[in-house]
Amino acid sequence: MEPLKNIESLAYISPEIVLVVFAVVVIIFDLFVKDRESDWVAYLSLIGLGCSLLAIFVTNSLVDTNEPISLFLGMIRLDGFAIFFKILLLLATAATILFSLRSEELDVKLKGEYHALLLAITFGMFLMASSTNLLMIFISLETVSLTSYILAGFLTHSPRSSEAAFKYITYGAVASGTMLFGLSLLFGMAGTGDITQISSQIGTVLESGDVSALGVLIAITFILAGIGYKIASVPFHMWSPDVYEGAPIPITAFLSVASKAAGFALFLRFFYTGFGTPEILQSIDWGLLLAIVSALTMTVGNLAALPQRNVKRLLAYSSIAHGGYLLMGAVLLTPEGLGAIIFYLIVYLFMNLGAFYVVVLIANESGTEMIEGYRGLSSRAPYVAGAMAIFLFSLTGIPPFAGFFGKWLLFNAVISKGLYWLAFIGLLNSVVSLYYYARIIKAMYLESAEDTDIFSFSKSTLALLGVFVVPTILIGFLNIFYSLSGKITLQ
Amino acid sequence: MDQILLSLMIFVPLLGMVVVFLLPNDREELIKRVALAFTLIPLILAVYLFIAYNKSTFNIQFPDSVVWIETFNINYHVGIDGLSVTLLLLTALLGPICVLASWRNIEKGLKAYMALFLLLETGMLGFFASLDLFLFFVFFELTLLPMYFLIGVWGGPRREYAAIKFFLYTLFGSVLMLVAIIAVYLNSNIINGVVEGVRTFDIPELIQRATVEGHALGDSGFQKWVFLGFFIGFAVKVPIFPFHTWLPDAHVEAPTAISVILAGVLLKMGTYGFVRINMAMFPEGLDYFTNGEGFIGHSLALLGFINIVYGSFCALAQTDFKKLVAYSSIGHMGFVILGLAARNAEGINGAVLQMFNHGVISAMLFLLVGVLYDRAHHREINGFGGLGNRMPIYTGITTLAFMASLGLPGLSGFIGEALSLFGAFQEFPLLTILSTIGIVVGAAYFLWTLQRVFLGALNPKYEELPEINRREILTLVPLGILTIVLGIWPNIAIDMFSESVTNLVNIIRPI
Repeated sequence: MEPLKNIESLAYISPEIVLVVFAVVVIIFDLFVKDRESDWVAYLSLIGLGCSLLAIFVTNSLVDTNEPISLFLGMIRLDGFAIFFKILLLLATAATILFSLRSEELDVKLKGEYHALLLAITFGMFLMASSTNLLMIFISLETVSLTSYILAGFLTHSPRSSEAAFKYITYGAVASGTMLFGLSLLFGMAGTGDITQISSQIGTVLESGDVSALGVLIAITFILAGIGYKIASVPFHMWSPDVYEGAPIPITAFLSVASKAAGFALFLRFFYTGFGTPEILQSIDWGLLLAIVSALTMTVGNLAALPQRNVKRLLAYSSIAHGGYLLMGAVLLTPEGLGAIIFYLIVYLFMNLGAFYVVVLIANESGTEMIEGYRGLSSRAPYVAGAMAIFLFSLTGIPPFAGFFGKWLLFNAVISKGLYWLAFIGLLNSVVSLYYYARIIKAMYLESAEDTDIFSFSKSTLALLGVFVVPTILIGFLNIFYSLSGKITLQ
Repeated sequence: MDQILLSLMIFVPLLGMVVVFLLPNDREELIKRVALAFTLIPLILAVYLFIAYNKSTFNIQFPDSVVWIETFNINYHVGIDGLSVTLLLLTALLGPICVLASWRNIEKGLKAYMALFLLLETGMLGFFASLDLFLFFVFFELTLLPMYFLIGVWGGPRREYAAIKFFLYTLFGSVLMLVAIIAVYLNSNIINGVVEGVRTFDIPELIQRATVEGHALGDSGFQKWVFLGFFIGFAVKVPIFPFHTWLPDAHVEAPTAISVILAGVLLKMGTYGFVRINMAMFPEGLDYFTNGEGFIGHSLALLGFINIVYGSFCALAQTDFKKLVAYSSIGHMGFVILGLAARNAEGINGAVLQMFNHGVISAMLFLLVGVLYDRAHHREINGFGGLGNRMPIYTGITTLAFMASLGLPGLSGFIGEALSLFGAFQEFPLLTILSTIGIVVGAAYFLWTLQRVFLGALNPKYEELPEINRREILTLVPLGILTIVLGIWPNIAIDMFSESVTNLVNIIRPI
């Protein structure tokens, strides 16, 4: 199908338009709010997300899943893949806003900016999930990066938060500079920015001998640096523990889930669409390279998480490890791998956000993010402790929780291509991860606190917890998620 | 009706968990009674299944199958054969006994304790009944979580260490098993390198496919390493040397009822899985490790032998009553391994019978240790003496359990071990003769313990030690009766599974 022209495309990006409109409305609305304590800005943003979700469903009815639509002369593409990621990202943003409402560390004076930025970053991520042009890939990535630097440094009174933002921006600038260089090399060699055509173009020029395979390798490695930075894969992961530790907890949750998911969307589209026919790059074993990156990412993440005493930092390392697990699905660019990644991201959304939500709640009540603050939680806040245990066991991958089914799909995808060693490393990593997740569980259930006051949480707080617990228990048992993740394809 | 019976049995304890969870915290008597009721229902159902089971065939009975994850052809498929019905009965019997054994000595969080125990029971029952490899694995792992908490929260002084050690060891074993399961699944529809039909997790179907000429599952190289993957998973659970070190820790720290479940049922999960998967599905792999050349070719029998001798000598060295019983478990599970390694009808029948008998006898032993511990608050064997006068009934029951465990003819322990040895002798006479050292040492440590605890002069500290009470007797009597009945008339049990075992032997040794 021919790419649509600019004006014709507008109808298909109504979810993005809604987000931008609401971002502006939120800023203006905030000017007129007298009571700084009021939560109306947050509610307005949630309404914006709701409208955007509705718009996604409307656009979904416009596309045929088998026939993706190219928009803006081939800059972005609307397909089942993009729609899935948009919904996932919207849910993550909505959860972040709800966490922020309950978090006590955020400055009330900056509510308008905070929520407008969240809407803007969601917009950027929507583009990341649908870009099909090198230029668009870079722009969307930068939109997201720049916004996240600000969000990471949003605790103006906390030096740690400023440090986080500074580190983030330094690493980010280097990574995106490298990536831009890679993109320009690739563009120069292929003569097109359209990733659907790059593969054949590169093939032609390689055959004619105008460019060497080494040049292509360098270009793609540079691009991988940018993407690897976004999904925090080894060796581009160094920023993430410090940033995750310093940023406000809701933002940490957001970065570890939404930012990673958007990074994966970009990564998958770039590789599946751009290099889905790998015969042109036979000289390099991409699968092996990605497999090694995947194995290193999960191993480094898990080993580094072992000695952590700060739960937020521990979860930061654990989310690096989960990036490694997710990469397993991408190693061989197979449809099973894609389905497994999509399934795992759904599960990961609920279990990881849930775990961070508990961190928010405990930080509010006990004023600490350290493991010591979780001692005796089973008697001080039994529901919260129970929920946290479920999230952590699910993150470990223990049945009957959803995390197990997600991991199982990933291992299935890897083993089906004969990469037993990678599956084996992944599984050993799961055992290692049990050790540090169990330390939190141990603190909650096996140790008792000196201070035995009961934490009291409002009904709505616990209800929101339930929103994360129920899917974490049920997703694995529901056939619909398996068939959904199997249906989403990239051409 | 028959169709849902098995599922009812599996999920009644889960329902019980929900009910217990909804009860108010302070109604402790009510919580205990409800938990007891929800463990009695599976027992009644298990007894019914045991009676209704048609012994004259090895076919799967009371099957139930519901599509679970259609995309991957995963089904909720349960059913029983002679082997599983025997172990289901054991599990269901130990359920209410353990609830009774926890009646007085759980000091904190009774509600959570009972809820977790009921969850554990669902996991165990589901494991023995499941006929879908995926479901099998899920139930296998489902026992880990409650066990971790039951040891970790309600255990002794070193409970945290013991709980996480148990968890890590078992998880390590089971991830290897998971790789093997996925490999089996992915190869389940490949014949002569060509894809035929759909992949499956169905255990009977897989066993059948593995026998098809040219099927990827039947490939001997494939069978060898998949066998190993499953084997390590189960070996940790049994536990087979050198994967056994979690067991003494877990047993010593666990509360009495949990030790009972651990020794009585959880260890059997390892050997049951070995019979159900390793032996039936991978006869080539089995052949390689039991009927080959040199050390590798006899590795299973060797491991059984090591378990017997090593476990028994370790038990001899213990001065902690509970640790002694724990090591004796390692020794007695060695007979199961040895019997299975023989791969003949006598050996396997003996091994399965020994699984059941050991479940009953070790449960008794741990209950008895618990009775003493509840009174004296220590388990140091040398700290007692002369209790025979003070607690004659207790002494009598303990003597019965000791005699059954050391293999006195006329009691159930003897039959299982003897049959295992008969079977093993036909295959590897030297190892079998050496293994009998374990029996001698077993007699030595039990008689020596009997002497140190019950004979001699009464320690003045324990002049007021109260006799075993009615509730405690109630937990021991059914088990005691079983050891006597099965000792005299073992055919009640053997008849149940002999057809299934014959069928298994036919798979392993095709005529």
